[in-house]
Amino acid sequence: MSKKILLSVRDLRTQIRGDGPPVRAVDGVSFDIAAGETFALVGESGCGKSMTALSIMRLLPDAAAISGGTVELDGENLMALPETQMRDVRGRRVAMIFQEPGLSLNPVMTIGAQIAESVRRHTALTGAAVDARVIELLEAVRMPDASRRVGEYPFQLSGGMKQRVMIAMALACDPALLIADEPTTALDVTVQAQVLELLRDLQRSRGMAMLLITHDLGVVAQMAQQVAVMYAGEIIETGPVQTFFDGPAHPYSRKLFDSLPERAGRNRLLAAIPGAVPPLSRRFEGCRFAERCDRVLPHCAGTVPAWHAVGEKHDARCHLYADADGTSVVKSATASGSGAQIAVRRAEDECSAALLQVKNLQVHFPIRKGLLQRVSGHVYAVDGVTLDIFPGRTLGLVGESGCGKTTVGKGLLRLVAPTGGQVLLGGGDFLALGRDALRRRRRDVQIIFQDPYASLNPRVRIGDALEEGLLALDVGSGAADRQQRIDALLTEVGLSPEVKGRYPHEFSGGQRQRIAIARALSVEPRLIVCDEPTSALDVSVQAQILNLLKRLQREKGLAYLFISHNMSVIDYMADEVAVMYLGRIVEQGSVDDVLRAPQHPYTRSLLAAVPVADPQAVRPVLRLAGDLPSPVNPPAGCHFHPRCGVAVAACATNYPVEQRFSATHLVCCHLCKKTD
Amino acid sequence: MNLLPFRFELLWTDALVWVLVAAVIGYAVYARARPHLRAPWSRVSRSASGMAAAVILAAFVLAGLLDSIHYRPALPPQDGKAAYATELRSLLDLTLQPLRDKREKTYSAPLATHLYAKETVLLPDGREVREFPRLRHGGAHLKNPAADWAGDVALRGFRGLAVALLIWFSVALALSAAVAQRSGNGIEQSWGDIWRGRTAIPWRAALCALAALAVFAGPVIALAPLYHVFGTDKVGQDVLYQALKSIRTGMVIGTLATLVMLPFALLLGVMAGYFKGRVDDMIQYLYTTLSSIPGVLLIAASVLMMQVYIENNASLFPSSEIRADVRLIALCVILGVTSWTGLCRLLRGETLKLRELEYIQAAHAFGVSHWRIMMRHVMPNVMHIVMIALVMDFSGLVLAEAVLSYVGVGVDPSMISFGTMINSARLEMAREPMVWWSLAAAFVFMLALVLAANLFADAVRDAFDPRLVRAGAVA
Amino acid sequence: MTGYLIRRLIYGVFVLIGVNVLTFALFFFVNTPDDMARAQLGAKRVTPEAVEKWKQERGYHKPLFLNEKLSGIQRVTDTVFFDKSVRLFAFEFGSSDQGRNIGYDISTRMWPSLAVQLPAFLIGLLVYISFALLMAFFRATALDFWGVVLCVLMMSVSALFYIIGGQFLFGKLWNLVPISGYNGGFDAIKFLALPVLIGVVSGIGGNARWYRTIFLEEISKDYVRTARAKGLSEARVLFRHVLQNAMIPILTGVVVVIPLLFMGALITESFFGIPGLGSYTIDAISQQDFAIVRVMVFLGSVLYVIGLIMTDLSYTLVDPRVRFS
Repeated sequence: MSKKILLSVRDLRTQIRGDGPPVRAVDGVSFDIAAGETFALVGESGCGKSMTALSIMRLLPDAAAISGGTVELDGENLMALPETQMRDVRGRRVAMIFQEPGLSLNPVMTIGAQIAESVRRHTALTGAAVDARVIELLEAVRMPDASRRVGEYPFQLSGGMKQRVMIAMALACDPALLIADEPTTALDVTVQAQVLELLRDLQRSRGMAMLLITHDLGVVAQMAQQVAVMYAGEIIETGPVQTFFDGPAHPYSRKLFDSLPERAGRNRLLAAIPGAVPPLSRRFEGCRFAERCDRVLPHCAGTVPAWHAVGEKHDARCHLYADADGTSVVKSATASGSGAQIAVRRAEDECSAALLQVKNLQVHFPIRKGLLQRVSGHVYAVDGVTLDIFPGRTLGLVGESGCGKTTVGKGLLRLVAPTGGQVLLGGGDFLALGRDALRRRRRDVQIIFQDPYASLNPRVRIGDALEEGLLALDVGSGAADRQQRIDALLTEVGLSPEVKGRYPHEFSGGQRQRIAIARALSVEPRLIVCDEPTSALDVSVQAQILNLLKRLQREKGLAYLFISHNMSVIDYMADEVAVMYLGRIVEQGSVDDVLRAPQHPYTRSLLAAVPVADPQAVRPVLRLAGDLPSPVNPPAGCHFHPRCGVAVAACATNYPVEQRFSATHLVCCHLCKKTD
Repeated sequence: MNLLPFRFELLWTDALVWVLVAAVIGYAVYARARPHLRAPWSRVSRSASGMAAAVILAAFVLAGLLDSIHYRPALPPQDGKAAYATELRSLLDLTLQPLRDKREKTYSAPLATHLYAKETVLLPDGREVREFPRLRHGGAHLKNPAADWAGDVALRGFRGLAVALLIWFSVALALSAAVAQRSGNGIEQSWGDIWRGRTAIPWRAALCALAALAVFAGPVIALAPLYHVFGTDKVGQDVLYQALKSIRTGMVIGTLATLVMLPFALLLGVMAGYFKGRVDDMIQYLYTTLSSIPGVLLIAASVLMMQVYIENNASLFPSSEIRADVRLIALCVILGVTSWTGLCRLLRGETLKLRELEYIQAAHAFGVSHWRIMMRHVMPNVMHIVMIALVMDFSGLVLAEAVLSYVGVGVDPSMISFGTMINSARLEMAREPMVWWSLAAAFVFMLALVLAANLFADAVRDAFDPRLVRAGAVA
Repeated sequence: MTGYLIRRLIYGVFVLIGVNVLTFALFFFVNTPDDMARAQLGAKRVTPEAVEKWKQERGYHKPLFLNEKLSGIQRVTDTVFFDKSVRLFAFEFGSSDQGRNIGYDISTRMWPSLAVQLPAFLIGLLVYISFALLMAFFRATALDFWGVVLCVLMMSVSALFYIIGGQFLFGKLWNLVPISGYNGGFDAIKFLALPVLIGVVSGIGGNARWYRTIFLEEISKDYVRTARAKGLSEARVLFRHVLQNAMIPILTGVVVVIPLLFMGALITESFFGIPGLGSYTIDAISQQDFAIVRVMVFLGSVLYVIGLIMTDLSYTLVDPRVRFS
């Protein structure tokens, strides 16, 4: 059955002008979206997918301009419309929602007024009819307590609710096409699941077409019917979702799949793509992926590949499919599978003594109020966390944003001052050390951070940045020895020692993260706190960093406290897992205990919410309602009970005691009873 | 025995000006080797208005620096000992010697040959008439001014213009040659590139500014030895000379006022943001208190007190130039105190953001000391704000000087500045016919200086941190 | 919110105490009252008797902080510090060095000051914001470019030239208004028109350009893109969304100066002969009347502190994030 084409993009080109040569952010993109269908545009950051969406809406920033191509909506070329007529298209026929719901709403206008503005602009409704329509829209996006919320301001809403408001605004005039630009990237995984479900239901019930822009293959698998992969400003592969997931054809698409930690399995190396996306200010002569491709042919670099059919409605822009029977290449490629096997851990590791013991760690931040700035309450960021970390092993700490997991990491390093508890390291309490003793012990525990751009001082050369720790902690004997160590460290993380004299701005995000790892390693620590080390990176770069961390652990017997919100990364990296909710650990145990046989309802719903990169995955329906409560007033009893689907009366009054579910598996839940 | 026919004198402001020059050169050498420091400056050099402004500013800086080398000329030796004049001269005075020495009796209009006021003149035959007497110097070479004046002025002016344009043309040609050498193209090609704005550095704008400078300066230089190009003031002093001397005063105030308080602003601002808590409260209290006093009033109160002090301790200051110089420094300090708070607040805000950054957290994880973190990780990353503050405050301070001198709390009345020029000329507004040339000269020179400074500051701000929004300067 | 305001108020009092101590140090430590007397009496040869008499008449003969000769509370109250500094908090301004009642002078002179400053402020705000909005609306066009050029040009001209030029054109050349002077009642308009006009015009360059920067900063934010994605016209985006958000940074700079309008404008008043507080201050400076300068410093700080508190209050009007927290 062939559906009516709603939107047809042909040879769209957009350039961004700046200091240097123009950046061709969108460079000849063509695709069609049928009415009522979800079309996903996937790609890593900087490939031009957001610019494509903004070009269709003609909402480009001042520095960017469309330099060619057509965009036809129902046969009408939007590029040729005068601006006044384009305004009638925006919001009525094509609506758009953005990545950052927190920044996308006017902070000084009530949400009701912002939605009403959209309604008034495109419909003839007035007065009370508008108010009624606004409430109707808010209810349609399942906003709890809609009639009260209309008078609230964006800052009074959580991120998920703000995105619902954005969706309500977009739906105001029943648009034929909704463009969703990374609609859930800024949201937590449980909230993401709610929003995605909402979008899917709305799209189906209203027969609305959707252009979904995302970097997450899991989201594509759940949401889309058609998919197109973008790389360096152009589309390189397109096809129906099922066919695409069954056999991605382009080497880049295949690498994207292989670099997913959940696809590789924990004992295999991840497939990483070497190098980085080329700058789009460059002129390309051949295939844009040629220099990073492991199946490159001699003519790839010089000849632009044409489109080749690789399956039914499934096309790829790659020379590999030029003469051979495309499908067979696809088959052979899929069979090749992912990376090499990693040596399996020795059994004797399991029984060694803990390297670091965190006992009842508390970090409370006082809230001051009133005339005399008296302490009126506390933010219970970390409220009694107990963990053991073993040498040579990885403890994964997982939870949604705001649960206090980063504060645990910083608290045990004393980067924020803990208000209670103990951190036992090498026999002594790390938290009780005086200034000089603390400085000496700092050698043992180091940290790497999330944002590779903020973790290196832009004014300090790489060599000097690496030397800082050596100098501060008196590691190495003399300047020559320190330089030798620095050279060795850089080689170890896969960089050349020559980069010592350079400044951070010359490096990509992945390279910076390698430098940050080298810096942490410089003082030969026994434990490294990895605070979301890959969440700012693209999936292919993430694979490089995860591989590196695993190798270093094997070679040096390092212990990691690996903090992440990403379940599949935790699954790939961790030996033990602790799940955190509102400042407390709700479940911990070995990775198989917690992720394969989760007991706590929160862990279960967290796992259920993760989008899996498989369109046919059978998913348990375990949607979490609402948002994470404030750590200022955690709910009485079990902190999770207001959102819990199976809560009983006791949950509302007493905090559950920690139960030993099995030898390695601890759960904090009234409903979990020992099974022995 | 000193054989030199002069003795150098280093005034306090001279010393500070040359320290500043040394610092700028040192910074330039340091920044050349560091791409991240060079990058914003190369962005400045790519701004057309910035380059044009830089050319004009360079001319002003040259005048200001020439005026910052002081000496005392030797007098005939007395009793076998070398003796020196009590009056201080500068290199600029030396260059402008003719202008300085050719005093008239009182007002004369620009390029005039006759005085602006009638005088009673005794004729050889014993009669007395009231007429406009000939000037002692201005146009004195003319036999018959009524007939020759216009032709002479036009000819000399035109000759000056021609020479200036010739020089300008050879500079432009030399520049094309340099561009040609660097790019490997021919000179003709480079010449075309420059004029079509195709060079990376907008040389066209710089050459245009230079041309404007040449068109103005050529005729002026040609005419100045024989005429008073901008007329003379009440005591018969050449107005052009005054305007050129005012440049140094303006530039000293514009730069030193920010610089003298800079170490305090930097240290306190960074400390407040870094340590937060009590330290922050104290520093915030300090700058809120200081900024709560309206700037002009704080300056007025301080300058009044300083005046009383100088009057009562006259013995501390050997000459009137030194006294005026000390007063200038004091004014810079006071102006610095009033503009200090804004910079301090900006630095505090930036440090508050920086201290949460991950590279500073990483330094904490190594146990690096607070002092070292501030010096190594915070200070270099707030320097762009200091740089922007320096150039942005300059024009405001030059303008403030004029207003303060008018109010009576500016520079010493004996020191030539734009403020004192306007102040003394203002009284002649009511005169019929009006004496307008002092005001006009002050207006033209001040506008050129401040406009160039503003344009340059904009280019610097855009290159270093386009997002930094700042309220207008003080006073 | 109330608690916060009360705290700001107390903080303001502490700031004023700081100002007071600072001024006292400036006026009585840098130079002793004897020095001031000598400077004031002028002549080189001043007899000690004349100095003593000058100090007696103005109350500077008392000890600075502690009067050893007296007992009880008077030990503290009968001192220069108490008379000249502490009493300011009760708005007892005392008399000037020339013997005039400062409190009375201020109460009569602030109205002419306000008559110039308030219209200049209100008209100015309207003009600057409109001009800035115009440039922001036509951003990246020739109009915007030349608007900015005009602003930079205008802000490079000294305020003195605006006044001199204005007086010359309107007063002398075109004879539209009297060059200077002041009269009460309805007559005041013809004296006020020019100072107000010049006050507005001299501020255009700096303020319009600054507001334009604020508007452009807001325009680049994400919520503006959302508003455009709704299909709103550029004018509506600017007036409904951008203006309201831009008012927050604009208010920070604007509200704080409102109380200071009472203080008048120094040079404008002096040029136009308006008997306001600005010319009062200038006269005091030229006559070296330290008592008046001291009082004006204190008054200025009081008004500034009031301005700060008004700024806090104004945020609650425009920013719901402040209102609800």
